[in-house]
Order: sequence, then structure tokens, then C-alpha cells
Amino acid sequence: MIRRLGIGIVLLVVFAAIFGPWLTPYDPVSQNLPLRLAAPSWSHPLGLDELGRDLLARLLAGARVSLFVGCAVVGISSIVGIGIGSVAGYLGGKTDTAIGRLMDVLLAFPGILLAIALVAVLGPSLRNVVLALVTIGWVGYARLVRGQVLKVRELEFVQSARALGAPLSRVLLHHVIPSTFSAVSVQATLGMAGAIIAEASLSFLGLGVQPPTPSWGTMLDAGRAHLFDAPHLTVVPGAAIALLVLGFNFLGDALRDRLDPRAL
Amino acid sequence: MFAYALRRLVMTVPVLLGVATLVFALIHLVPGDPAQAMLGDSAPPADLADLRTKLGLDQPLLTQYRTFLTGLVAGNLGTSFRYNTPVAREIGLRLGRTAQLAMAAMAVAVLIAIPLGIVGALFRGSTLDHVATTLSLVGVSMPNFWLGPLLAIVFAVTLGWLPVSGTGTLAHLVLPAVTLGAALAAILARMTRATLIDELRELYVLAARARGVSRSRAVVVHAFRNSLIPVVTIIGLQLGAVLTGTIITETIFAWPGVGRLLIQAISFRDYPLVQGCILFIAVTYVSMNLIVDLLYGWLDPRIRYQ
Repeated sequence: MIRRLGIGIVLLVVFAAIFGPWLTPYDPVSQNLPLRLAAPSWSHPLGLDELGRDLLARLLAGARVSLFVGCAVVGISSIVGIGIGSVAGYLGGKTDTAIGRLMDVLLAFPGILLAIALVAVLGPSLRNVVLALVTIGWVGYARLVRGQVLKVRELEFVQSARALGAPLSRVLLHHVIPSTFSAVSVQATLGMAGAIIAEASLSFLGLGVQPPTPSWGTMLDAGRAHLFDAPHLTVVPGAAIALLVLGFNFLGDALRDRLDPRAL
Repeated sequence: MFAYALRRLVMTVPVLLGVATLVFALIHLVPGDPAQAMLGDSAPPADLADLRTKLGLDQPLLTQYRTFLTGLVAGNLGTSFRYNTPVAREIGLRLGRTAQLAMAAMAVAVLIAIPLGIVGALFRGSTLDHVATTLSLVGVSMPNFWLGPLLAIVFAVTLGWLPVSGTGTLAHLVLPAVTLGAALAAILARMTRATLIDELRELYVLAARARGVSRSRAVVVHAFRNSLIPVVTIIGLQLGAVLTGTIITETIFAWPGVGRLLIQAISFRDYPLVQGCILFIAVTYVSMNLIVDLLYGWLDPRIRYQ
């Protein structure tokens, strides 16, 4: 039930992100100043923002940004993390110790704080947000995969492949890494939720996507100045973020329960 | 216990050194010239040279690193470019407010989470349990930068019960504390429910019930106390998350703490202040984790001998 709900929410947002331009006749950045801060109506179902831009059009365009950041961060972080974690776990010794120390330092640093620090010095932009979130994101995957690889490398099918003289890359790519995929898929689903929240947090603080590009975080930040006269500017983008994050959390929880019955 | 504490302390030193190195590296990641970035494109060359000397950027990298580390040991975090005062002083002025907010948020989280977790465990599988579980999942998914403005709309704008921002009275603390504590409450409620369910399965609870102890007494006096150890650990580990959560909460409610100082420093490109705030928050985070580890080792002797 929860899994279906999670899939339903995520598919709904993906549909909105892909078909957004056909779902509303308005452009997300074109302004209609006489109608600024207008409440929801038939012609503008979610109302207009402080510059007279259609909130529904901006919400749909913002879904693309959120999903893009989520996919980019999770995709790059998981590839980097799987690579580094499997090498550390499989080789062990000094390589493992060196990577372990680096992971210790990055894990000791509060994730969002490091992201804020990186974006603060590199400058606010979508690319730098992804870069900052990947810098903190790969560590979780590497730690998870390292732990899995430590267990898998002692199993007979891996020992057999090594005994038959398979090179390191083949042992890792064909035998070791595939066995970590179920754990990584749970982490990736929950990681989507984390990346979406982190992007929205950075944009909310003015460190993420820059205007006029619509992002749910920047929309929320702009809405803060109009809590008294146009609360819908705050309610709508926040609800979208919470819904999408809830969807990925539902999906991640359901996946974890399915793949790891002990977690029940 | 002493050997364990010493071992943990020694293990923290390289982590702190790594954190300090990362923070030192930050200013060197600024694209182009950090002095130019701080003063702007139209700054005269004399002013730029003066700022480079002031920040030590005209020195070799290793000398800069040594000066930075020596300064840290002496408690010198540099001088704020915007305020022209020591960074440590600016942080010190706001530290109390951040601590006050973090403590209030923890208190709010515990007050909400423990009853919710107990209800979930006692009535497992019931509608009440589903409501409690869903509430906690919603709490985890609800970003504080949305919850804060929502609470402000309801309790400050619509009902007019609480002030929307600022400091001064206890009423000013309510909305920021609830905003910051909600996510922690959700995590704690889930943890309390899960550990209490495990404890309720233990033989000593059955034995207590067999001796005629009432169900509520078996839960509250016997099972609940034992389920507290992992819950207390989570509270300790989440202290760090609460600390970083203050950055957004303080920005929403114009709460004059270290988190808001950091965001203001970023907008003014006051890099020494940015470095100082980040280092301060990171070191506090590491120290809190260390204290929790030491406390846990003291509470559970098995940890000390691992």
C-alpha cells in the first residue's frame, strides 16, 4: 500500500515535470504585474506570485529542477561511491585505511554545512549545487558498499573467480558490485528525498538556483515576504516539496522492508 | 573507561585536523582572487593588495596553513571583513541564542515524540498506531523551511497568538523551537516505538505480567526504561543535526544566532567570518558526537571493550 502510494506520488511529479509546458498555457517567467499576488482563480488555479507570474507554471517548471538535481546527485554520488567503496572494501590494507580516513572527515562534517560552504565560495548556481551535494553524497554510498563488499569478497563465488585468474576489474564489476545493488537501491531512493530537500534548502537560503529560473526553494523564499497578503506563495511550493519527499520516503521504506525483512 | 575515553579523544584529533584543513581550503576554492570577490570588480589595486596582506593571501600556501592552524589553537579565527572585529567575538555574541534555540527544540521534540512512540507501540497495528506512524513520516518529510512559514501563517498571521520573528520573550522562542524540533520528534517517535515493541517481547516483561503487574506499569516502569538507551543515543546523535538545522530556522525567524550570522556573512562575502562560523559549527558537531560516544561507553560497558 505504502509502496504503491510512493510510486504514485513520484510518477505524478515525473508526469508533471515532463508534460508541464502542455498542462498550462502560461510561461513560468513571463510577468503580469497588474495581477501580482492575485489569489487562486479559474484562469490561474494556484494564483500569481509577487511579479505576476503564474504559480502553477512555475511549480511545474520547478519540478524539473528538483527531479534533475535528485537524479544527478544520486546518479553521480552512487557511481562514485560504489567505485570507491568497492575498491576500499576489496583491496583492504592501506587503500582502505586512506579512504576510510577521508570518509571519516567528510562524515564528521555536517553534510548540509559543507554544501553551504562549497556553494558559498563557488557561487550560487545549479551546477555548483549538484557539485556540492555530490561532494557530500558519495560518502554514504561508499561506506555502505564497502561494508557489503567486505562480506561478499569472502564468499565462494568471488574466491573462485579470483582463483580462476579473473582480473580485479572483472571480479568487481561482474561478481562483487552487482551483489550490492539491492542495498544501494534503497539508499538511492532515500537519497533522492535528501537531495531534493538539500537543493530546496540551498535555494531557500539564496545559494541554489538563481531567479528567474523557477525552483521550489526559491519560490518558498520569495513567498516568505508575503506571509500576510499572499500565503499561497508559501503553502504551494512547500506542499510540493513535502509531497515529493514523502513519496520517495514511502518508496524507500517499502523497498527496505521488501529487500531486508529484518528491518520490519 | 579512562583508556576508552583517551582512545576516542585521540581518534578525534585527525578528524578535527581534517575539518580544519577543509575549512582552510575553502577560501582557496573561491574562483579567481578572493580579495577581488570580497571587494568587488571596481576595487582599487591598493585596497586589493591591502586586503590580501590582511588575509595573508600573499604568503606561500604552507605558511598560510601554519598561521591558520596556530591561530586556531590560540582561539584566533581571524578578523571579520564586514564588522572589522575578531570573528570569535562575533560568534561569541550569538552563541547563547543558538544554544537556547537548540535546547528548546530538543525539549519540544522529546515532549512530542515519547508519548507518540509509546502510543504506537502499545496499540501496534491499530488505527491510532497508523496515525502516529504516518504523523512521524510526515514530520520527517516536512522540510523546516516550509513548516516554519506555515506555523507563522497559522499562529502569528491568522490567530495572532505568537510573534512572527525576533527575540525578547519566551513567546518568540515557541515557533522557532517547534520548527526545529519537529523533524527530530518524528525520528524519535519512530525510534521509541520500535525499541519499545522489542522490549515488550522480552521475557522479563512477560514475567512481570505473570506476577500480576498491570499492563501500563509493565510498560512504563519495566519496558520503557530499558528502551530508553537507544533513544537517548539518537537524541545525542541528532544534536548535531539540530545545530545545523538552526541555520535555516534562524534565517526564517530572524533569530540572531550563529546560523543567521553565517548566512549574512555569505551574502556579504565576508570569507573569514564564513570560515569561522563553519569551523565553529563543525567542531561543535564533532565534539557533541564525541561526548555522546563517551556517555554511551559509560552507560554500556560492552562498547568500551569493542
